[in-house]
Amino acid sequence: MFKPSAVAARPNRRQWLAATAGLALGLALASPAKAQETIKIGILHSLSGTMAISETTLKDVMLMLIDEQNKKGGVLGKKLEAVVVDPASNWPLFAEKARELITKDKVSVVFGCWTSVSRKSVLPVFKELNSILFYPVQYEGEESERNVFYTGAAPNQQAIPAVDYLAKEEKVQRWVLAGTDYVYPRTTNKILEAYLKSKGVAASDIMINYTPFGHSDWQTIVADIKKFGSAGKKTAVVSTINGDANVPFYKELGNQGIKATDIPVVAFSVGEEELAGIDTKPLLGHLAAWNYFESIKTPANAEFIKKWKGFTKNSKRVSNDPMEAHVVGFAMWVKAVETVKSTDPDKVIDALPGIEAPNLTGGMSKMLPNHHITKPVFIGEIKADGQFDVVWKTEGLVPGDAWSKELPGSKDLIGDWVTLRCGNYNTVTKKCGGQGT
Amino acid sequence: MHKIFDSAVALVFVIGLMIVAAAPLRAGPYEDSLARFLADSYSDTDAAIGGVAASGHVMAEEVIRALQDRRLMMSPGSKTIVIKGASGALRNAATGQPLAAPPADLTDVRINNRVRRAIDAALGSLTLLSPDARRRFEAAQAVFKSRDESALPALDTAIAKEISQGVRRALSQARAAVILMQSDAKEADKLAAVAIVRDRGDQDALAVLGGLPAETAAPVRKAAADAVGSIQNNLALWSGVQNAWYGLSLGSVLMLAAIGLAITFGVMGVINMAHGEMVMLGAYTTFVVQEIIRTSYPGLFDWSLAVAIPLAFLVAGIVGIGIERGIIRFLYGRPLETLLATWGLSLVLQQAVRTTFGPTNREVGSPSWMSGAFEVGQITITYNRLWIIVFTLLVFVALLALLRFTRLGLEMRAVTQNRAMAASMGIRTARIDALTFGLGSGIAGIAGVALSQIDNVSPNLGQGYIIDSFMVVVFGGVGNLWGTLVGAFTLGIANKFLEPYAGAVLAKIAILVLIILFIQKRPRGMFALRGRAVEA
Repeated sequence: MFKPSAVAARPNRRQWLAATAGLALGLALASPAKAQETIKIGILHSLSGTMAISETTLKDVMLMLIDEQNKKGGVLGKKLEAVVVDPASNWPLFAEKARELITKDKVSVVFGCWTSVSRKSVLPVFKELNSILFYPVQYEGEESERNVFYTGAAPNQQAIPAVDYLAKEEKVQRWVLAGTDYVYPRTTNKILEAYLKSKGVAASDIMINYTPFGHSDWQTIVADIKKFGSAGKKTAVVSTINGDANVPFYKELGNQGIKATDIPVVAFSVGEEELAGIDTKPLLGHLAAWNYFESIKTPANAEFIKKWKGFTKNSKRVSNDPMEAHVVGFAMWVKAVETVKSTDPDKVIDALPGIEAPNLTGGMSKMLPNHHITKPVFIGEIKADGQFDVVWKTEGLVPGDAWSKELPGSKDLIGDWVTLRCGNYNTVTKKCGGQGT
Repeated sequence: MHKIFDSAVALVFVIGLMIVAAAPLRAGPYEDSLARFLADSYSDTDAAIGGVAASGHVMAEEVIRALQDRRLMMSPGSKTIVIKGASGALRNAATGQPLAAPPADLTDVRINNRVRRAIDAALGSLTLLSPDARRRFEAAQAVFKSRDESALPALDTAIAKEISQGVRRALSQARAAVILMQSDAKEADKLAAVAIVRDRGDQDALAVLGGLPAETAAPVRKAAADAVGSIQNNLALWSGVQNAWYGLSLGSVLMLAAIGLAITFGVMGVINMAHGEMVMLGAYTTFVVQEIIRTSYPGLFDWSLAVAIPLAFLVAGIVGIGIERGIIRFLYGRPLETLLATWGLSLVLQQAVRTTFGPTNREVGSPSWMSGAFEVGQITITYNRLWIIVFTLLVFVALLALLRFTRLGLEMRAVTQNRAMAASMGIRTARIDALTFGLGSGIAGIAGVALSQIDNVSPNLGQGYIIDSFMVVVFGGVGNLWGTLVGAFTLGIANKFLEPYAGAVLAKIAILVLIILFIQKRPRGMFALRGRAVEA
């Protein structure tokens, strides 16, 4: 039976506009598949509210991927059908919408979530109803769940290599860990602090600073960073500042005359999308660590960018890291389904580890038993046109660690859903469920 | 290990090629150094910059400037380094001759932060003798930062020739910084150098004194430690001034966001949750104005804000009047319904903007007179913050004047004080209500123009200010513009003095708690006033 889209089923006033758009897209995509049975794919990204700024793009990229797969004949001879819902940046609504997708729309797989709190909010739903979630964003790690596949970076695939680069190439000895006050920056900074201390950095050479969401007055903090940086040792800022707070932060840095040659800032949440809203001239040379940059020149990436600009009919649309994660995740899911010739969640979950799919930067990413994937790590410097110039990359791909080796609570834990069938197996006590932190 | 070996092989290879290729040209140090750009590794580029700068060749400065602007290119095939002129004309960097046909494999010489630092240092020592005093000053600052030993002879010459007092001081400071880094300088020289750097007294001086090389003798170390102590004492005094300035600046932003609300909420008593969205509309108006100016009249960009201010006032004002006529006038005296209706409206406006302009941030540029900073003593004052304070005060004075000296202002005050009496005197109170709400919204739109300079222009812009605005108006005293002014600056300064001790998160919480306690004591805020809000 054909249902246009879950949003259209019960529009409330808040979601009117997004719903209309979703409905139009849903109709456009789904109509050719009306006659035959389809495989439904849930897209759980906020199209309104605070997170719409980041998540709308991911919905678009999923629609493009599904469209493309359908042109190639779909999967298992069936057309794919996208079911778009709008959780409206509202964490409890994420869980509600996830339940709706799985029970009412009977989707085979869900691609969605951005913030960790939204992922944690849908987790019980996916476990209870036994479905599959592909989560495309770099996150704090310390998690490995049977029903979730993490295609974004774990801390060891982004934060640690970035710090290594700064210590080696820029000879940084003093560190400012600046972040927004929530779980991702707090955990990442805890990992980084432990890592830096293990490398012999004194506690007095580490400054940790947290700011509220959407913080816009950075004068004091930038002045503090400047002061911290004047102790005669090379200083760098490691930024886990999230979302909208970045623009005023970089503006203040530029205004107070802190250049990348003096105090470089390496960011984990600033990509091409975020830079689209800033005048990047004062930011030349500041850094970002990601597993993908739009500026990387490979045939696969060039083709993807061309398709993306064509699909969105906007030559200015940029591509970014979480988009690539969805590309890789979607390709892995298609392969897994074709291998087991079924969309049954249990079979697909068992088939996914070991599946390989090409990433856009020329490598072959592989799904690991801990449900994380292997990724290359790139460090890019901001250029005047809002793109990044890759100045360093890892040799080969880095496997994602579900549990950080730097934290005392998690260093003995591993996730392995293939042989051990456990997300938090303690290698010392040899027991499953050895939850550390 | 492999990497080092590889690059060593590459280096030998490149040098070999260079000797073969360049021998007939009687290669000097300049040509040798240029060839290292071909290696396409950051460390070779770094070395090449040093070599080119030290060669004293006439083209040296031009080559390094071209590299800085990313106009330096290379052709690995024909082993030539090419300078791309501002107009796109290509010249051979080794000979200075124009290039007839560009080689097919021309690529940029890549730069990173390390290379940029080398460029700054090289340009510093190359421009120490520039005829332009400002350039010489900048060069001295660059050398002070790079502490490049090879700049010492140039520094000595420059100091001997210098006529300007300020530049000479900067040059001697740079020389002192270089001497402190030298391992073989005499102890007496180093002690003199410590004194010179101490007199500079800023954070850069701290960086030099704190980063002395390990082999520095004990007396010099002690002098440096004393100097660091005295500079830090001095800076601690300045940091008080700095906090006060930051407080003023934050206060002006709060004031700007709240002043429109002081009219709609303060004077009219309407709890307008869509106030933040009026600010957002003003910011988006600025964006649209800048887009039009960028595409059609790029020369007028510095005037874009002046154009945007009246337009933002009109756009937000008209939307405000529409809201008052369409929704709020049916809800007077029902605060709860007003709150819910305007809250819903704010979501509608946000989503409307999100659909029209897209969910991502929009870039609003700063005109040249709002970019950059200047130093007063040991604090940095940024132009955009300074202008926002000035602008806030201007808006405040204009608004006071409007309420005090115009007919509209008189009627507004009359309606606020006694609606029935004002109506019986022939004032069309419904019209005044609409205009007052329009004025408040219009002022919020103007605030949006200013806030687009420091915050990001996104559909969520308004949300960040709505709570703070209510806080300011309630704290200052509902219905009193002076109260809003004092309230905004008090909260701003209190926040900035708390922040260094408590951190940004705790400071905000502390301010909130303090306001709650204050309201317990004085429920009508600092400056209570009679008005419709009181009567209701």
